[in-house]
Amino acid sequence: MTDTTSAQLNQHLRTPDLFGSASGRIITLVFMVILLCVPLAAHFLGVRLQLVSLDFITRILCLAIAAVSLNLILGFGGMISFGHAAYIGIGAYCVGIPAYHGYESGWLHFPLAIFASAAFALVTGAVSLRTKGVYFIMITMAFAQMGYYFFLSLDEYGGDDGLTIYSRSMFNIINIENKLVLFLVTYACLVASIYAVYRIVNSRFGMVVRGCQSNEARMKALGYNTYAYKLTAYVIAGGMCGLAGALLGNFTTFISPDMMGWSRSGELMFMVILGGTGSLFGPVFGAVTFVFIEELLSTFTTYWALPFGVLLVLSVLFIKGGLNGLIQRGWRRD
Amino acid sequence: MLKVSGLETFYGTSQALFGMTFDVNSGEVVTLMGRNGMGKTTTINSIIGIVPPSSGSIEFAGHEVSKLASFKTANLGIGLVPEGRQVFPNLSVRENLVATASNHQKLDDPWTIEKVYAMFPELELRATSMANLLSGGEQQMLAIGRALMTNPRLLVLDEATEGLAPLIREKIWAALADIRKSGLSILLVDKNLKDLLKLADRHFIVEKGQVVWNGTSAQLSKAEDVQHRYLGV
Repeated sequence: MTDTTSAQLNQHLRTPDLFGSASGRIITLVFMVILLCVPLAAHFLGVRLQLVSLDFITRILCLAIAAVSLNLILGFGGMISFGHAAYIGIGAYCVGIPAYHGYESGWLHFPLAIFASAAFALVTGAVSLRTKGVYFIMITMAFAQMGYYFFLSLDEYGGDDGLTIYSRSMFNIINIENKLVLFLVTYACLVASIYAVYRIVNSRFGMVVRGCQSNEARMKALGYNTYAYKLTAYVIAGGMCGLAGALLGNFTTFISPDMMGWSRSGELMFMVILGGTGSLFGPVFGAVTFVFIEELLSTFTTYWALPFGVLLVLSVLFIKGGLNGLIQRGWRRD
Repeated sequence: MLKVSGLETFYGTSQALFGMTFDVNSGEVVTLMGRNGMGKTTTINSIIGIVPPSSGSIEFAGHEVSKLASFKTANLGIGLVPEGRQVFPNLSVRENLVATASNHQKLDDPWTIEKVYAMFPELELRATSMANLLSGGEQQMLAIGRALMTNPRLLVLDEATEGLAPLIREKIWAALADIRKSGLSILLVDKNLKDLLKLADRHFIVEKGQVVWNGTSAQLSKAEDVQHRYLGV
Protein backbone atom coordinates (compact mmCIF):
# COMPACT_ATOMS: atom_id res chain seq x y z
CA MET A 1 0.00 0.00 0.00
CA THR A 2 1.53 3.34 -0.95
CA ASP A 3 1.77 6.04 1.72
CA THR A 4 -0.83 8.13 -0.02
CA THR A 5 -3.26 5.27 -0.15
CA SER A 6 -2.71 4.41 3.51
CA ALA A 7 -3.37 8.01 4.45
CA GLN A 8 -6.49 8.04 2.31
CA LEU A 9 -7.64 4.79 3.86
CA ASN A 10 -7.40 6.19 7.35
CA GLN A 11 -9.34 9.34 6.51
CA HIS A 12 -12.91 9.85 7.59
CA LEU A 13 -13.14 6.53 9.35
CA ARG A 14 -15.49 6.35 12.23
CA THR A 15 -17.64 3.48 13.27
CA PRO A 16 -21.11 4.69 12.35
CA ASP A 17 -22.91 3.79 15.54
CA LEU A 18 -20.11 4.31 18.04
CA PHE A 19 -21.64 7.56 19.28
CA GLY A 20 -25.18 6.62 18.35
CA SER A 21 -28.01 9.02 17.69
CA ALA A 22 -27.81 12.81 18.00
CA SER A 23 -29.97 12.75 21.14
CA GLY A 24 -27.80 9.95 22.53
CA ARG A 25 -24.70 12.09 22.03
CA ILE A 26 -26.28 14.99 23.87
CA ILE A 27 -27.33 12.78 26.79
CA THR A 28 -23.83 11.29 26.92
CA LEU A 29 -22.23 14.74 26.91
CA VAL A 30 -24.60 16.00 29.62
CA PHE A 31 -23.89 12.88 31.67
CA MET A 32 -20.13 13.43 31.47
CA VAL A 33 -20.52 17.10 32.40
CA ILE A 34 -22.71 16.15 35.39
CA LEU A 35 -20.12 13.59 36.45
CA LEU A 36 -17.54 16.40 36.51
CA CYS A 37 -19.58 19.33 37.79
CA VAL A 38 -21.90 17.89 40.43
CA PRO A 39 -19.15 16.62 42.76
CA LEU A 40 -17.23 19.85 42.21
CA ALA A 41 -20.31 21.92 43.08
CA ALA A 42 -21.03 19.70 46.11
CA HIS A 43 -17.43 20.15 47.23
CA PHE A 44 -17.40 23.94 46.91
CA LEU A 45 -20.91 24.37 48.33
CA GLY A 46 -20.12 22.10 51.25
CA VAL A 47 -22.90 19.58 50.49
CA ARG A 48 -22.40 16.57 52.77
CA LEU A 49 -24.29 14.00 50.73
CA GLN A 50 -22.22 10.85 50.20
CA LEU A 51 -23.61 10.11 46.73
CA VAL A 52 -22.26 13.35 45.25
CA SER A 53 -19.07 13.61 47.27
CA LEU A 54 -15.67 13.85 45.59
CA ASP A 55 -14.56 10.66 47.33
CA PHE A 56 -17.52 8.61 46.14
CA ILE A 57 -17.30 9.83 42.54
CA THR A 58 -13.52 9.38 42.44
CA ARG A 59 -13.99 5.71 43.35
CA ILE A 60 -16.55 5.38 40.57
CA LEU A 61 -14.19 7.05 38.08
CA CYS A 62 -11.39 4.61 38.95
CA LEU A 63 -13.72 1.67 38.38
CA ALA A 64 -15.00 3.30 35.18
CA ILE A 65 -11.45 3.42 33.78
CA ALA A 66 -11.08 -0.28 34.58
CA ALA A 67 -14.43 -1.00 32.92
CA VAL A 68 -13.45 1.04 29.83
CA SER A 69 -10.27 -1.01 29.54
CA LEU A 70 -12.18 -4.29 29.94
CA ASN A 71 -14.63 -3.15 27.28
CA LEU A 72 -11.76 -2.77 24.81
CA ILE A 73 -11.16 -6.52 24.88
CA LEU A 74 -14.61 -7.78 25.89
CA GLY A 75 -16.85 -5.42 23.95
CA PHE A 76 -14.72 -4.80 20.88
CA GLY A 77 -12.56 -7.91 20.80
CA GLY A 78 -14.92 -10.58 22.15
CA MET A 79 -12.34 -11.69 24.74
CA ILE A 80 -14.34 -12.48 27.86
CA SER A 81 -11.72 -11.98 30.53
CA PHE A 82 -12.80 -13.02 34.01
CA GLY A 83 -9.55 -11.87 35.55
CA HIS A 84 -9.42 -8.20 34.78
CA ALA A 85 -9.36 -7.12 38.42
CA ALA A 86 -5.84 -8.58 38.64
CA TYR A 87 -4.55 -5.47 36.88
CA ILE A 88 -6.30 -3.24 39.41
CA GLY A 89 -4.48 -5.10 42.18
CA ILE A 90 -1.14 -5.01 40.38
CA GLY A 91 -1.55 -1.28 39.68
CA ALA A 92 -2.45 -0.60 43.30
CA TYR A 93 0.48 -2.67 44.66
CA CYS A 94 2.81 -0.78 42.30
CA VAL A 95 1.89 2.28 44.34
CA GLY A 96 1.80 0.58 47.74
CA ILE A 97 5.02 -1.46 47.66
CA PRO A 98 7.36 1.34 46.49
CA ALA A 99 5.65 3.71 48.96
CA TYR A 100 6.25 1.16 51.74
CA HIS A 101 9.96 1.24 50.87
CA GLY A 102 10.01 5.02 50.83
CA TYR A 103 9.81 5.57 47.09
CA GLU A 104 6.92 7.98 46.83
CA SER A 105 7.39 9.48 43.37
CA GLY A 106 4.33 9.29 41.17
CA TRP A 107 6.67 9.32 38.19
CA LEU A 108 7.80 5.91 39.41
CA HIS A 109 4.43 4.56 40.64
CA PHE A 110 2.28 5.22 37.59
CA PRO A 111 4.64 4.03 34.82
CA LEU A 112 5.45 1.00 36.99
CA ALA A 113 1.74 0.26 37.45
CA ILE A 114 1.07 0.50 33.72
CA PHE A 115 4.11 -1.53 32.65
CA ALA A 116 3.78 -4.20 35.34
CA SER A 117 0.10 -4.70 34.47
CA ALA A 118 0.90 -4.76 30.77
CA ALA A 119 3.69 -7.28 31.39
CA PHE A 120 1.34 -9.51 33.43
CA ALA A 121 -1.20 -9.21 30.60
CA LEU A 122 1.48 -10.13 28.05
CA VAL A 123 2.50 -13.28 29.90
CA THR A 124 -0.98 -14.43 30.86
CA GLY A 125 -2.53 -13.32 27.55
CA ALA A 126 0.10 -15.23 25.57
CA VAL A 127 -1.18 -18.41 27.22
CA SER A 128 -4.88 -17.54 27.61
CA LEU A 129 -5.38 -16.45 24.01
CA ARG A 130 -4.42 -19.91 22.82
CA THR A 131 -7.76 -21.02 24.23
CA LYS A 132 -11.30 -20.03 23.32
CA GLY A 133 -14.76 -19.75 24.85
CA VAL A 134 -15.28 -21.08 28.34
CA TYR A 135 -11.63 -22.19 28.57
CA PHE A 136 -10.50 -18.60 28.01
CA ILE A 137 -12.85 -17.38 30.73
CA MET A 138 -11.59 -19.97 33.18
CA ILE A 139 -7.90 -19.52 32.42
CA THR A 140 -8.06 -15.73 32.81
CA MET A 141 -9.80 -16.24 36.16
CA ALA A 142 -7.16 -18.78 37.16
CA PHE A 143 -4.33 -16.36 36.39
CA ALA A 144 -6.03 -13.60 38.37
CA GLN A 145 -6.48 -15.95 41.31
CA MET A 146 -2.79 -16.81 41.08
CA GLY A 147 -2.07 -13.09 41.42
CA TYR A 148 -4.50 -12.89 44.32
CA TYR A 149 -2.80 -15.71 46.21
CA PHE A 150 0.64 -14.33 45.35
CA PHE A 151 -0.11 -11.02 47.08
CA LEU A 152 -1.91 -12.89 49.85
CA SER A 153 1.32 -14.72 50.59
CA LEU A 154 3.41 -11.55 50.83
CA ASP A 155 3.48 -11.14 54.62
CA GLU A 156 5.98 -8.31 54.29
CA TYR A 157 3.27 -6.26 52.56
CA GLY A 158 0.43 -7.19 54.87
CA GLY A 159 -0.73 -10.37 53.19
CA ASP A 160 -4.44 -10.85 53.80
CA ASP A 161 -4.57 -7.78 56.07
CA GLY A 162 -3.50 -5.48 53.26
CA LEU A 163 -1.13 -2.56 53.22
CA THR A 164 -1.77 1.05 54.21
CA ILE A 165 -0.30 3.71 51.97
CA TYR A 166 0.75 6.55 54.25
CA SER A 167 1.55 8.97 51.49
CA ARG A 168 -0.03 9.25 48.07
CA SER A 169 2.12 9.37 44.92
CA MET A 170 4.14 12.56 44.77
CA PHE A 171 4.29 14.63 41.63
CA ASN A 172 6.26 17.86 41.61
CA ILE A 173 3.64 19.73 39.59
CA ILE A 174 0.39 18.35 40.96
CA ASN A 175 -0.48 17.32 44.46
CA ILE A 176 -2.88 14.39 44.53
CA GLU A 177 -2.83 14.42 48.33
CA ASN A 178 -5.55 16.99 47.74
CA LYS A 179 -8.75 15.03 47.03
CA LEU A 180 -9.99 17.68 44.61
CA VAL A 181 -6.83 17.32 42.54
CA LEU A 182 -7.06 13.52 42.69
CA PHE A 183 -10.65 13.73 41.46
CA LEU A 184 -9.66 15.98 38.54
CA VAL A 185 -6.69 13.78 37.64
CA THR A 186 -8.89 10.66 37.73
CA TYR A 187 -11.54 12.35 35.59
CA ALA A 188 -8.87 13.40 33.09
CA CYS A 189 -7.54 9.84 33.02
CA LEU A 190 -11.05 8.52 32.34
CA VAL A 191 -11.55 10.93 29.43
CA ALA A 192 -8.09 10.03 28.10
CA SER A 193 -8.93 6.30 28.39
CA ILE A 194 -12.18 6.74 26.47
CA TYR A 195 -10.37 8.74 23.80
CA ALA A 196 -7.63 6.11 23.59
CA VAL A 197 -10.24 3.37 23.09
CA TYR A 198 -11.99 5.52 20.47
CA ARG A 199 -8.75 5.94 18.54
CA ILE A 200 -7.83 2.29 18.88
CA VAL A 201 -11.14 0.82 17.71
CA ASN A 202 -11.24 3.18 14.73
CA SER A 203 -7.69 2.41 13.64
CA ARG A 204 -6.96 -0.44 11.25
CA PHE A 205 -5.56 -2.35 14.20
CA GLY A 206 -8.90 -1.91 15.99
CA MET A 207 -10.85 -2.96 12.93
CA VAL A 208 -8.91 -6.21 12.77
CA VAL A 209 -9.58 -6.84 16.47
CA ARG A 210 -13.28 -6.08 15.97
CA GLY A 211 -13.33 -8.29 12.89
CA CYS A 212 -11.88 -11.11 15.01
CA GLN A 213 -14.84 -10.77 17.34
CA SER A 214 -17.27 -11.66 14.56
CA ASN A 215 -15.16 -14.12 12.56
CA GLU A 216 -11.59 -14.77 13.61
CA ALA A 217 -10.98 -17.62 11.15
CA ARG A 218 -12.00 -15.35 8.28
CA MET A 219 -9.72 -12.54 9.46
CA LYS A 220 -6.88 -15.05 9.63
CA ALA A 221 -7.65 -16.26 6.11
CA LEU A 222 -7.39 -12.66 4.92
CA GLY A 223 -3.78 -12.49 6.05
CA TYR A 224 -3.82 -11.38 9.68
CA ASN A 225 -2.01 -13.05 12.54
CA THR A 226 -5.04 -12.58 14.75
CA TYR A 227 -3.30 -13.99 17.82
CA ALA A 228 -0.77 -11.13 17.77
CA TYR A 229 -3.49 -8.54 17.25
CA LYS A 230 -5.63 -9.86 20.08
CA LEU A 231 -2.63 -10.15 22.39
CA THR A 232 -1.69 -6.54 21.68
CA ALA A 233 -5.22 -5.39 22.54
CA TYR A 234 -5.11 -7.55 25.67
CA VAL A 235 -1.83 -5.94 26.78
CA ILE A 236 -3.14 -2.41 26.10
CA ALA A 237 -6.26 -3.16 28.17
CA GLY A 238 -4.10 -4.58 30.97
CA GLY A 239 -1.90 -1.47 31.06
CA MET A 240 -4.94 0.79 31.05
CA CYS A 241 -6.50 -1.14 33.92
CA GLY A 242 -3.17 -0.90 35.79
CA LEU A 243 -3.55 2.87 35.60
CA ALA A 244 -7.01 2.50 37.18
CA GLY A 245 -5.43 0.39 39.93
CA ALA A 246 -2.75 3.00 40.63
CA LEU A 247 -5.43 5.69 40.91
CA LEU A 248 -7.60 3.47 43.11
CA GLY A 249 -4.64 2.66 45.35
CA ASN A 250 -3.95 6.37 45.74
CA PHE A 251 -7.60 7.05 46.43
CA THR A 252 -8.17 4.36 49.06
CA THR A 253 -4.63 4.63 50.54
CA PHE A 254 -5.16 1.03 51.52
CA ILE A 255 -4.56 -1.97 49.30
CA SER A 256 -5.26 -5.62 49.78
CA PRO A 257 -5.47 -8.78 47.65
CA ASP A 258 -9.28 -8.40 47.79
CA MET A 259 -8.96 -5.73 45.07
CA MET A 260 -8.08 -8.46 42.59
CA GLY A 261 -10.38 -11.29 43.65
CA TRP A 262 -12.55 -13.05 41.09
CA SER A 263 -15.69 -11.36 42.42
CA ARG A 264 -14.15 -7.97 41.59
CA SER A 265 -13.51 -9.20 38.05
CA GLY A 266 -17.15 -10.25 37.88
CA GLU A 267 -18.24 -6.81 39.00
CA LEU A 268 -16.15 -5.16 36.30
CA MET A 269 -17.64 -7.50 33.73
CA PHE A 270 -21.10 -6.65 34.94
CA MET A 271 -20.42 -2.90 34.70
CA VAL A 272 -19.46 -3.38 31.06
CA ILE A 273 -22.48 -5.56 30.24
CA LEU A 274 -24.89 -3.34 32.17
CA GLY A 275 -23.55 -0.24 30.40
CA GLY A 276 -23.44 -1.81 26.96
CA THR A 277 -20.58 -3.80 25.46
CA GLY A 278 -18.84 -2.43 22.41
CA SER A 279 -19.89 1.15 23.09
CA LEU A 280 -17.53 3.96 24.04
CA PHE A 281 -19.35 5.34 27.07
CA GLY A 282 -21.32 2.24 28.06
CA PRO A 283 -18.78 1.10 30.67
CA VAL A 284 -18.95 4.55 32.30
CA PHE A 285 -22.76 4.36 32.48
CA GLY A 286 -22.40 0.85 33.83
CA ALA A 287 -19.83 1.74 36.50
CA VAL A 288 -21.82 4.75 37.71
CA THR A 289 -25.10 2.84 37.84
CA PHE A 290 -23.56 -0.23 39.44
CA VAL A 291 -21.87 1.67 42.27
CA PHE A 292 -24.84 4.00 42.82
CA ILE A 293 -27.34 1.15 43.12
CA GLU A 294 -24.95 -0.78 45.35
CA GLU A 295 -24.58 2.25 47.62
CA LEU A 296 -28.29 3.08 47.67
CA LEU A 297 -29.43 -0.44 48.43
CA SER A 298 -26.83 -0.90 51.15
CA THR A 299 -28.34 2.06 53.02
CA PHE A 300 -31.71 0.25 53.18
CA THR A 301 -30.71 -3.30 53.96
CA THR A 302 -27.77 -5.39 54.98
CA TYR A 303 -28.90 -7.96 52.43
CA TRP A 304 -28.58 -5.47 49.57
CA ALA A 305 -26.92 -8.04 47.33
CA LEU A 306 -30.21 -9.92 46.81
CA PRO A 307 -32.33 -7.10 45.32
CA PHE A 308 -29.19 -5.87 43.57
CA GLY A 309 -28.82 -9.24 41.85
CA VAL A 310 -32.47 -9.21 40.78
CA LEU A 311 -32.13 -5.69 39.36
CA LEU A 312 -29.04 -6.67 37.41
CA VAL A 313 -30.68 -9.78 35.99
CA LEU A 314 -33.72 -7.76 34.90
CA SER A 315 -31.57 -5.10 33.30
CA VAL A 316 -29.67 -7.67 31.26
CA LEU A 317 -32.87 -9.41 30.20
CA PHE A 318 -34.84 -6.36 29.23
CA ILE A 319 -32.42 -3.61 28.21
CA LYS A 320 -31.00 -4.53 24.83
CA GLY A 321 -27.52 -3.08 24.31
CA GLY A 322 -27.30 -2.09 27.98
CA LEU A 323 -27.78 1.41 29.30
CA ASN A 324 -25.96 2.85 26.32
CA GLY A 325 -28.44 1.15 24.00
CA LEU A 326 -31.28 2.57 26.05
CA ILE A 327 -29.82 6.07 25.84
CA GLN A 328 -29.18 5.82 22.12
CA ARG A 329 -32.58 4.61 21.01
CA GLY A 330 -34.93 5.31 23.92
CA TRP A 331 -37.33 2.66 25.23
CA ARG A 332 -37.84 1.15 21.80
CA ARG A 333 -37.40 -2.58 21.52
CA ASP A 334 -35.94 -3.11 18.06
CA MET B 1 1.17 -20.65 -9.78
CA LEU B 2 -0.91 -23.11 -7.71
CA LYS B 3 -0.23 -26.81 -7.82
CA VAL B 4 -2.28 -29.15 -5.67
CA SER B 5 -1.23 -32.80 -5.68
CA GLY B 6 -2.54 -35.86 -3.89
CA LEU B 7 -4.40 -33.84 -1.28
CA GLU B 8 -6.11 -35.84 1.45
CA THR B 9 -8.14 -34.06 4.11
CA PHE B 10 -10.11 -35.41 7.04
CA TYR B 11 -12.81 -34.03 9.31
CA GLY B 12 -12.06 -36.08 12.40
CA THR B 13 -12.11 -39.66 11.16
CA SER B 14 -14.18 -38.87 8.10
CA GLN B 15 -12.15 -38.44 4.91
CA ALA B 16 -13.33 -35.66 2.58
CA LEU B 17 -10.55 -35.45 -0.01
CA PHE B 18 -9.01 -38.52 -1.67
CA GLY B 19 -5.95 -37.38 -3.57
CA MET B 20 -7.22 -34.10 -5.02
CA THR B 21 -4.92 -32.95 -7.81
CA PHE B 22 -5.18 -29.86 -10.02
CA ASP B 23 -3.27 -26.73 -10.93
CA VAL B 24 -3.81 -23.08 -11.82
CA ASN B 25 -1.37 -21.27 -14.09
CA SER B 26 -0.57 -17.60 -13.92
CA GLY B 27 -3.26 -15.38 -15.45
CA GLU B 28 -5.64 -18.33 -15.83
CA VAL B 29 -9.24 -18.77 -14.70
CA VAL B 30 -9.83 -22.30 -13.42
CA THR B 31 -13.00 -23.79 -11.99
CA LEU B 32 -13.77 -26.60 -9.59
CA MET B 33 -17.18 -28.04 -10.37
CA GLY B 34 -19.24 -30.83 -8.99
CA ARG B 35 -22.33 -31.65 -6.98
CA ASN B 36 -22.80 -30.59 -3.37
CA GLY B 37 -20.70 -32.42 -0.81
CA MET B 38 -18.04 -33.57 -3.27
CA GLY B 39 -15.17 -31.67 -1.59
CA LYS B 40 -14.89 -28.38 -3.44
CA THR B 41 -15.13 -26.17 -0.36
CA THR B 42 -12.91 -28.55 1.62
CA THR B 43 -10.30 -28.22 -1.13
CA ILE B 44 -10.38 -24.45 -0.86
CA ASN B 45 -10.30 -24.54 2.93
CA SER B 46 -7.32 -26.88 2.76
CA ILE B 47 -5.48 -24.58 0.37
CA ILE B 48 -5.97 -21.55 2.62
CA GLY B 49 -5.14 -23.57 5.76
CA ILE B 50 -8.53 -23.42 7.49
CA VAL B 51 -8.80 -27.23 7.33
CA PRO B 52 -5.20 -28.43 7.12
CA PRO B 53 -4.68 -31.47 4.89
CA SER B 54 -3.24 -34.65 6.37
CA SER B 55 -1.21 -35.50 3.28
CA GLY B 56 -0.42 -34.26 -0.20
CA SER B 57 1.19 -31.03 -1.28
CA ILE B 58 0.01 -27.52 -2.08
CA GLU B 59 2.57 -25.43 -3.88
CA PHE B 60 1.79 -21.77 -4.34
CA ALA B 61 4.13 -19.28 -6.00
CA GLY B 62 7.08 -21.58 -5.33
CA HIS B 63 6.20 -22.17 -1.65
CA GLU B 64 4.85 -25.31 -0.02
CA VAL B 65 1.86 -23.98 1.90
CA SER B 66 0.10 -27.14 3.11
CA LYS B 67 1.58 -26.79 6.61
CA LEU B 68 1.42 -23.00 6.83
CA ALA B 69 -0.95 -21.04 9.07
CA SER B 70 -3.77 -19.55 7.03
CA PHE B 71 -2.59 -15.96 7.49
CA LYS B 72 0.83 -16.84 6.11
CA THR B 73 -0.70 -18.53 3.07
CA ALA B 74 -2.95 -15.52 2.51
CA ASN B 75 0.03 -13.18 2.74
CA LEU B 76 1.75 -15.10 -0.06
CA GLY B 77 -1.01 -13.79 -2.29
CA ILE B 78 -4.23 -15.79 -2.03
CA GLY B 79 -7.37 -13.69 -1.70
CA LEU B 80 -10.36 -15.71 -0.56
CA VAL B 81 -14.04 -14.96 -1.15
CA PRO B 82 -15.60 -17.55 1.13
CA GLU B 83 -18.83 -19.47 0.72
CA GLY B 84 -21.70 -17.54 2.30
CA ARG B 85 -19.81 -14.22 1.95
CA GLN B 86 -18.89 -14.02 5.64
CA VAL B 87 -18.32 -10.27 5.67
CA PHE B 88 -17.58 -8.82 9.10
CA PRO B 89 -21.06 -7.82 10.28
CA ASN B 90 -19.85 -5.52 13.05
CA LEU B 91 -17.72 -3.42 10.68
CA SER B 92 -19.00 -0.89 8.16
CA VAL B 93 -18.57 -1.49 4.44
CA ARG B 94 -15.63 0.87 4.31
CA GLU B 95 -14.09 -0.67 7.40
CA ASN B 96 -14.41 -4.17 5.90
CA LEU B 97 -12.33 -2.95 2.97
CA VAL B 98 -9.85 -0.87 4.95
CA ALA B 99 -9.25 -3.52 7.64
CA THR B 100 -8.04 -6.03 5.08
CA ALA B 101 -6.04 -3.71 2.82
CA SER B 102 -2.47 -4.82 2.25
CA ASN B 103 0.07 -5.14 -0.52
CA HIS B 104 2.46 -7.90 0.51
CA GLN B 105 3.30 -8.60 -3.14
CA LYS B 106 4.44 -4.96 -3.56
CA LEU B 107 2.33 -4.54 -6.68
CA ASP B 108 3.02 -1.34 -8.60
CA ASP B 109 -0.63 -0.68 -9.26
CA PRO B 110 -2.40 -2.08 -6.22
CA TRP B 111 -6.11 -2.35 -5.66
CA THR B 112 -7.38 0.63 -3.71
CA ILE B 113 -10.69 1.41 -2.13
CA GLU B 114 -11.43 3.79 -5.02
CA LYS B 115 -10.86 1.02 -7.57
CA VAL B 116 -13.16 -1.30 -5.62
CA TYR B 117 -15.82 1.42 -5.47
CA ALA B 118 -15.42 1.98 -9.21
CA MET B 119 -16.04 -1.72 -9.81
CA PHE B 120 -18.95 -1.89 -7.36
CA PRO B 121 -20.53 1.57 -7.06
CA GLU B 122 -23.17 0.03 -4.74
CA LEU B 123 -20.51 -0.30 -2.07
CA GLU B 124 -19.62 3.39 -2.16
CA LEU B 125 -23.27 4.29 -1.69
CA ARG B 126 -23.39 2.06 1.40
CA ALA B 127 -19.88 2.89 2.63
CA THR B 128 -20.92 3.75 6.19
CA SER B 129 -23.57 1.03 6.52
CA MET B 130 -22.80 -1.90 8.76
CA ALA B 131 -22.04 -4.92 6.57
CA ASN B 132 -24.82 -7.05 8.07
CA LEU B 133 -27.36 -4.57 6.70
CA LEU B 134 -26.37 -5.19 3.07
CA SER B 135 -28.31 -7.38 0.67
CA GLY B 136 -26.84 -10.74 -0.32
CA GLY B 137 -25.58 -9.32 -3.62
CA GLU B 138 -23.97 -6.34 -1.95
CA GLN B 139 -22.35 -8.62 0.61
CA GLN B 140 -20.88 -10.71 -2.19
CA MET B 141 -19.53 -7.56 -3.84
CA LEU B 142 -18.04 -6.57 -0.50
CA ALA B 143 -16.49 -10.02 -0.04
CA ILE B 144 -14.90 -9.76 -3.50
CA GLY B 145 -13.76 -6.18 -2.82
CA ARG B 146 -12.32 -7.25 0.52
CA ALA B 147 -10.32 -10.04 -1.12
CA LEU B 148 -9.08 -7.67 -3.84
CA MET B 149 -7.91 -5.21 -1.17
CA THR B 150 -5.39 -7.82 -0.03
CA ASN B 151 -3.87 -7.44 -3.52
CA PRO B 152 -3.67 -11.16 -4.20
CA ARG B 153 -1.94 -13.04 -6.99
CA LEU B 154 -4.72 -15.62 -6.97
CA LEU B 155 -8.35 -14.82 -6.26
CA VAL B 156 -10.28 -17.80 -4.90
CA LEU B 157 -14.08 -17.63 -4.97
CA ASP B 158 -16.17 -20.30 -3.27
CA GLU B 159 -19.76 -20.35 -4.62
CA ALA B 160 -19.32 -17.00 -6.32
CA THR B 161 -22.95 -16.43 -7.26
CA GLU B 162 -24.84 -18.84 -5.01
CA GLY B 163 -28.24 -17.57 -3.95
CA LEU B 164 -28.02 -14.32 -5.90
CA ALA B 165 -30.65 -12.78 -8.16
CA PRO B 166 -29.95 -13.09 -11.91
CA LEU B 167 -29.28 -9.37 -12.28
CA ILE B 168 -26.73 -9.41 -9.47
CA ARG B 169 -25.14 -12.55 -10.88
CA GLU B 170 -24.58 -10.74 -14.17
CA LYS B 171 -22.83 -7.93 -12.32
CA ILE B 172 -20.60 -10.40 -10.49
CA TRP B 173 -19.70 -12.23 -13.73
CA ALA B 174 -18.96 -8.89 -15.44
CA ALA B 175 -16.75 -7.86 -12.51
CA LEU B 176 -14.90 -11.18 -12.63
CA ALA B 177 -14.35 -10.73 -16.38
CA ASP B 178 -12.83 -7.31 -15.67
CA ILE B 179 -10.65 -8.77 -12.92
CA ARG B 180 -9.51 -11.44 -15.33
CA LYS B 181 -8.49 -8.79 -17.85
CA SER B 182 -6.25 -7.24 -15.20
CA GLY B 183 -4.21 -10.47 -15.33
CA LEU B 184 -5.18 -11.84 -11.93
CA SER B 185 -5.45 -15.63 -11.67
CA ILE B 186 -8.82 -16.91 -10.48
CA LEU B 187 -9.88 -20.21 -8.94
CA LEU B 188 -13.64 -20.43 -9.01
CA VAL B 189 -16.25 -22.72 -7.50
CA ASP B 190 -19.77 -22.28 -8.85
CA LYS B 191 -22.63 -24.17 -10.41
CA ASN B 192 -23.59 -21.90 -13.31
CA LEU B 193 -22.06 -23.93 -16.10
CA LYS B 194 -23.05 -21.52 -18.87
CA ASP B 195 -21.32 -18.57 -17.25
CA LEU B 196 -18.32 -20.61 -16.19
CA LEU B 197 -17.78 -21.85 -19.74
CA LYS B 198 -17.66 -18.25 -20.93
CA LEU B 199 -15.30 -17.00 -18.24
CA ALA B 200 -12.91 -19.85 -17.45
CA ASP B 201 -9.99 -21.39 -19.32
CA ARG B 202 -9.95 -24.81 -17.69
CA HIS B 203 -12.26 -26.88 -15.53
CA PHE B 204 -11.77 -29.63 -12.97
CA ILE B 205 -14.77 -31.75 -12.09
CA VAL B 206 -14.74 -33.08 -8.54
CA GLU B 207 -16.50 -36.27 -7.46
CA LYS B 208 -16.13 -37.86 -4.03
CA GLY B 209 -13.07 -35.86 -3.07
CA GLN B 210 -11.04 -36.26 -6.24
CA VAL B 211 -10.80 -34.87 -9.75
CA VAL B 212 -12.58 -37.14 -12.21
CA TRP B 213 -12.38 -35.01 -15.33
CA ASN B 214 -10.47 -31.96 -16.49
CA GLY B 215 -10.32 -30.02 -19.68
CA THR B 216 -10.80 -26.70 -21.40
CA SER B 217 -14.06 -24.83 -21.82
CA ALA B 218 -14.25 -26.00 -25.44
CA GLN B 219 -13.79 -29.62 -24.37
CA LEU B 220 -16.34 -29.39 -21.57
CA SER B 221 -18.98 -27.72 -23.72
CA LYS B 222 -18.71 -30.66 -26.12
CA ALA B 223 -18.61 -33.34 -23.40
CA GLU B 224 -22.34 -33.65 -22.78
CA ASP B 225 -21.97 -37.03 -21.09
CA VAL B 226 -19.57 -35.51 -18.53
CA GLN B 227 -21.96 -32.65 -17.89
CA HIS B 228 -24.83 -35.06 -17.44
CA ARG B 229 -22.99 -37.58 -15.29
CA TYR B 230 -21.18 -35.24 -12.89
CA LEU B 231 -23.01 -31.94 -13.03
CA GLY B 232 -26.56 -33.14 -13.52
CA VAL B 233 -27.05 -30.86 -16.56
